[in-house]
Amino acid sequence: MKIFTLIPVLFVGALLLYAAKDFPEWGSPSGPASDSPVSSHFIANTGVDTEVPNMVTAVLADYRGFDTMFETVVVFIAGMAVIAILKNSGRKKPVRREYEVDAEPDLIVTNTVRLLIPVIQIFAFYVLAHGHVSPGGGFQGGVLMGASFILVALSWDLETALARFPMQWTTIVAGLGIVLYAGIGIFSMFLGGEFLDYAELAKVFPVSREMARYHAMLGVEIGVGLTVTAIMFSLYANLSSEGRLQRGL
Amino acid sequence: MLEEGNIINELLIERLNYFIYVVLLLIGLYGMIAKKNLIKKLIGMSIFQTAIILFYVSVAVKEGSTIPIYLPEHDPHGHTGDIKESNITDAIHAGPSVLKSELVKDYSNPLPHVLMLTAIVVGVGTLGLALALCLRIYQGYGTIEEDELLAKMESREIRSKSLSVQIPKEKSEISNRRKPPSKKGKPQPTSKSKSVSKKKSVSTSKSENQVSVKSSRSQKNKKAVKKVVGSKVSNKGNKS
Amino acid sequence: MGLALFNTFILLLLVVAAILALRVKDLLTAAVVFAVYSFLMCLLWAEMGAVDVAFTEATVGAGVSTVVMIATIFNLKRKSSD
Repeated sequence: MKIFTLIPVLFVGALLLYAAKDFPEWGSPSGPASDSPVSSHFIANTGVDTEVPNMVTAVLADYRGFDTMFETVVVFIAGMAVIAILKNSGRKKPVRREYEVDAEPDLIVTNTVRLLIPVIQIFAFYVLAHGHVSPGGGFQGGVLMGASFILVALSWDLETALARFPMQWTTIVAGLGIVLYAGIGIFSMFLGGEFLDYAELAKVFPVSREMARYHAMLGVEIGVGLTVTAIMFSLYANLSSEGRLQRGL
Repeated sequence: MLEEGNIINELLIERLNYFIYVVLLLIGLYGMIAKKNLIKKLIGMSIFQTAIILFYVSVAVKEGSTIPIYLPEHDPHGHTGDIKESNITDAIHAGPSVLKSELVKDYSNPLPHVLMLTAIVVGVGTLGLALALCLRIYQGYGTIEEDELLAKMESREIRSKSLSVQIPKEKSEISNRRKPPSKKGKPQPTSKSKSVSKKKSVSTSKSENQVSVKSSRSQKNKKAVKKVVGSKVSNKGNKS
Repeated sequence: MGLALFNTFILLLLVVAAILALRVKDLLTAAVVFAVYSFLMCLLWAEMGAVDVAFTEATVGAGVSTVVMIATIFNLKRKSSD
């Protein structure tokens, strides 16, 4: 059976190598992808249009904001689907696991984590807010925040983490992130522009058109961060306890 | 064989990176198709996804270029560049300006980075959903190996089909025996008797076990089994 | 030239990690080797100049994705037949 599957795989490999023969040299600045007018426009005009030094964040949140909004919606749907699949599933009595871990929270681990968690959360806020000038942005900050809650769930147990961040709040916060993102878009539509045209916000706030795009990008990244935080934590909580939210790892 | 222009030279030496990307893609694809464990299939899928992202990101590389964040001398805010000498022209202090075209090629291409950021996050969402499905399959069937899974699905299908065929026959049996219809098909009483006899085997001896199993098999009646085994146990209790 | 050598070395390590993640019979080991694979990818992208992508892969791939996979394997059987 394994030899039988090797033949189509090698066939696909041969096709890919036949196509790879035509690629430009690796790293050459004159290839069609590096020389395209779209990329050159992005590199040249990001500073003038938005005053944001990080080109990747500017393209992600402003020039291609529509993609990012639907990507957030996809993450939200994945989280909801996991809850829907695993809710009220499983056996009535707890599962007989192979390795029963009924240990109490360890002293060294809990005290170290107690010192680390505020630092991690401040770092997550920093990454989110500083995404305009350094590598970072909404996703990375959101995942870091979610990871801090997962760390609480791993060092103590799942009930402690759920006492801090209950499951109902998870869905509400996730939805709030998308509402914030689409809300900024619709708000700028009310002011006379197109959907997600941030420059129109200069009519309401006392900033120039470029700085309006700067600040709206921050708002949009906050929305993305909220959704990603909530969904990462809810994904872990549902998967480690089979939807019953009682005993975690 | 290793001259210029030969196909092997082109593939393996000049474009070695693309060759290894293709090898990674093939490893991922093989893992998805040939492995039987569902979690291994998911690992193969994830290897495939990250290999594709690697390929796209490497298309954006320019030799000798820097990361796609404006350097301080091209900073759009204009006021971080004034640490230098006083012979800076007024254009820098006047605020953001369009970057000149010969400076454009000093920066990496930011467009594939943006697309791949989306791809990574969507990939982790897909992985979470697939793991939830694996968990549900394990709860329903008790296994996550593909061949055992297919065998169990087929046997359940056959049992449900045979049940739908057997219903008129069971109704005629009811009038003869005056017992409630059993929910599952024929295999039910033997397994029940086996479990009952297993529980009692701690206290009963081996011969009694065999007699109880034989009597249950001959009558195929749940209540008769319980009566027989219960009477045997009460007899033994009376004796000791 | 040094950079090309570094690239090739990390790519060969990647191939080894990918093959290993699919060959081991213990699912927990496979999840950990998969985390190593994600981290090597992050290193490669940081060297290529894609810092945002490397940051995201470091948090998402070597962080949340591995933890979620281990949480699931904890509820399943740890040994796979192939």
